[in-house]
Amino acid sequence: MTSIAVSTTINGDDVEFLCRADETLLDVLRNRLGLMGAKEGCGTGDCGACSTIMDGRVVCSCLVLGAETEGREIETIEGMANGSDLHPLQSKFIEHAALQCGVCTPGFLMAAKALLAAHPDPTEKEIRFWLAGNLCRCTGYDKIVRAVQDAAAEMRGEGT
Amino acid sequence: MSFDATYKEKKLKSVGTRPLRPDGVDKVTGRARYGADFNMPGQLVARVLRSPHAHARIMRIDVSRAVALKGVKAVITAADLPDLTNGNAALYAILDNCMARTKAFYDGHAVAAVAAIDAKVAREALKLIEVEYDVLPHVVDVDAAMAPDAPLLDENLFTQGIDPAPTTPSNVGNRSEFGHGDVESGFAKADVIVERSYKTEQTHQGYIEPHACVASCNVDGTAEMWVCTQGHFVYRQTCADLLGLEVSKLRVTSSEIGGGFGGKTHVWAEPLALALSRKAGRPVKLVMSREEVFRASGPTSQTSIDVKIGATKDGKITAALATLRYSSGPYADSWAETGAMTSFACYDLENVKTVGFEVIVNRPKVAAYRAPSAPMAAFAVESAIDELAHKIGMDSVELRIKNAASEGSRSSYGPIYGPIGIGPTLEAARTHPHMSAPLGKNQGRGMACGFWFNFGGQTCTDLNISADGTVTLAVGTVDVGGSRASLSLIAAEELGISYDDVKAVIADTSTLGYNDMTDGSRGTFSSSMATISAARNAIVTMRERAALMWDIPVEDVAWEEGHAKAVGASYDNRAPLSVKDIAAEAGNTGGPIAGHSELVADGAGVSFGTHICDVEVDPETGATRVIRYTVIQDAGKAVHPAYVEGQYQGGAAQGIGWALNEEYVYGADGRLQNPGFLDYRIPVCSDLPMIDTQILEIPNPNHPYGVRGVGETSIVPPLAAVANAVSDAVGVRMVHVPVSPPRILAALNAKAKG
Repeated sequence: MTSIAVSTTINGDDVEFLCRADETLLDVLRNRLGLMGAKEGCGTGDCGACSTIMDGRVVCSCLVLGAETEGREIETIEGMANGSDLHPLQSKFIEHAALQCGVCTPGFLMAAKALLAAHPDPTEKEIRFWLAGNLCRCTGYDKIVRAVQDAAAEMRGEGT
Repeated sequence: MSFDATYKEKKLKSVGTRPLRPDGVDKVTGRARYGADFNMPGQLVARVLRSPHAHARIMRIDVSRAVALKGVKAVITAADLPDLTNGNAALYAILDNCMARTKAFYDGHAVAAVAAIDAKVAREALKLIEVEYDVLPHVVDVDAAMAPDAPLLDENLFTQGIDPAPTTPSNVGNRSEFGHGDVESGFAKADVIVERSYKTEQTHQGYIEPHACVASCNVDGTAEMWVCTQGHFVYRQTCADLLGLEVSKLRVTSSEIGGGFGGKTHVWAEPLALALSRKAGRPVKLVMSREEVFRASGPTSQTSIDVKIGATKDGKITAALATLRYSSGPYADSWAETGAMTSFACYDLENVKTVGFEVIVNRPKVAAYRAPSAPMAAFAVESAIDELAHKIGMDSVELRIKNAASEGSRSSYGPIYGPIGIGPTLEAARTHPHMSAPLGKNQGRGMACGFWFNFGGQTCTDLNISADGTVTLAVGTVDVGGSRASLSLIAAEELGISYDDVKAVIADTSTLGYNDMTDGSRGTFSSSMATISAARNAIVTMRERAALMWDIPVEDVAWEEGHAKAVGASYDNRAPLSVKDIAAEAGNTGGPIAGHSELVADGAGVSFGTHICDVEVDPETGATRVIRYTVIQDAGKAVHPAYVEGQYQGGAAQGIGWALNEEYVYGADGRLQNPGFLDYRIPVCSDLPMIDTQILEIPNPNHPYGVRGVGETSIVPPLAAVANAVSDAVGVRMVHVPVSPPRILAALNAKAKG
């Protein structure tokens, strides 16, 4: 078995790891680096529960090979809060009851963060299409959309 | 002390507010630990070999090459799970479903399992297991399975519930019947009769978290399991029964659960993980893939239902009849019986009869899915009611109001109703702005009602008061949708303290008495009852401690608004003692203060809802968009209204998926064609509009705060509400869900051809 040595950046920290050629970024995060926030809901890129941000773009970490992350910048849910200060999206998800079981929540937060970086004042339609790659079976999405709208307003300094 | 659960109206401070959930921060930071997020030192990885055939006799299994592979630590087949079920047919079905014994009954049925040092080795080992199958004819469709010449799954299955008993076997396990009055004389009095056949396809609960567990069996007969489940006590009992373990020596801890909706009330692979661990002598982690989840866990029944309803010209129903055929997978079960009970539960009927047939087919063993069996029956009945209203020329809400059950009505399944919410939800629908909003081109509106029994059941709860006066509430019902928040509110209310001073946790099976599962919408209903009982017991103790602190008789100590108060003129100058005051002195007044409760929560109030749906159908593609949706449901008392709304919205979204898109598609070879989220498409964010909710509160007389279960009813009306809306939009009665684009186009083409 030949492992590949990879140097990458995760949540702003330099990280080095060894992985096999067939290991996904999700496998590496969960099984080698102890970052369990990304979830495997399908392993085929259909559910978004493993969403992470790579070089500013939302990716399904089950569809990225660990070896592909050489030299990249990875953001995961574990890096979303600033120390003990929750990101506005995190606070608003709790405030709006935008999660029930919560297993999809890390993926939604990653996708929503990327959305608000690209569109600080999104329409409801933009929110719904940006988040269409993330499945939630509990909420019917209503409260998720409202939480993202409210977080966007707060991040724009519009106070609610 | 006996516990009085009777509803008493009172002003509530905590219950009915919307505080932040206690598990929120863990869940938004990625720290919450689900089934697959737990590991043990030295653990092995398990993988399961599954039948590629829909129906096949297992002639031979040779595992020797897999056993010999370096890194493989255990391989099991049915031979490693001896039959200890002792004539219990339901338990045998679970055993056989976990690991096929003589025949593989469906595509995906487990036949062997491997534990190895990592997933790669485990996968390689599966390829080395040789299974020789004798492939048999199969049947997957519920109607085809009832045909006289259908392939038989079980040559020893003779339909029960028929007199005289049949002398030839069939795929029908049981016939059940409910109702009262005389439907034939009722139909004779009808001016208008609607009679139609309906079909619904098999769907999956679609929880985002696949089944996962870590099992560890020790040589001393003790064992531990970490698992995502809706009922860790039930999993413990079932696994102990199947493996011959002593119940109390198996400690089961429920992880955070990534959705269940009924699908995590049944064991699937957990006994395999325990058996592998027992054989390997090491902990074993078993996580299903999404494909396995679809092929081998969870689905609902596929159904075929005939409905006949007669009414007078002025809209009074004179008779109602339904025949319901529900598939149950390869083992006889009671899903049609539940459907038959719920079919006409919304209505006050003089003459009603429902007949259910349990049909076995070569599909996965059916599991509960949110108000199991009710949505399909409601689809058929509520479609027929809609058609009846059109035929009479009456508004469909008015027709339903005219026939709605109310307090004192005899339900179609037997009991006499107490105070219920069907009438009020219909009245709310009648006056809701949604009902009178204008519709555009290619748009249609539908509405429908739904019913669910709600359950109570065995419940055990501990309430521990810490030295600083804060409270730990240990419950045994798994939190699937925010019950730790709602139960903390209940404890705060009853003790008269702040919500922030209560911390609710889910206790494991070794630290609390037995609890039934979180199913039947019982979590908040039954655990809140036990929490109230435990809190009242703790208050008894706190009054005693206050009496000791004051050195006065306990009879002179009252409990008011979170404080012990000395009652009587001579005690005027004593300041009331708070929970914190009393807790601080606990060490000097008799030791720790706790309240315990064990009870069977009876009297779960039945639940009703009414939904309104607008759709727009593209006549060229047959694609349907839900453009407006409203849920109106009776909650009894909404403990945490935000999470009640969440239950309404989530159930509606699942029902919309079932109505429009979701279905198990089988090939001619009996293999499932769409075992993944790409081809089994559940609603995504861009598919849905906001889902409006209206909470009605008609108190349940059998709960101190009037609480009813709220989790399940919301999935009952959507199939009919959506199908009625589509029928309205396209001008053709849609009788087969999902009303997917091909079915809508076929209906439009048939209409065009006249």
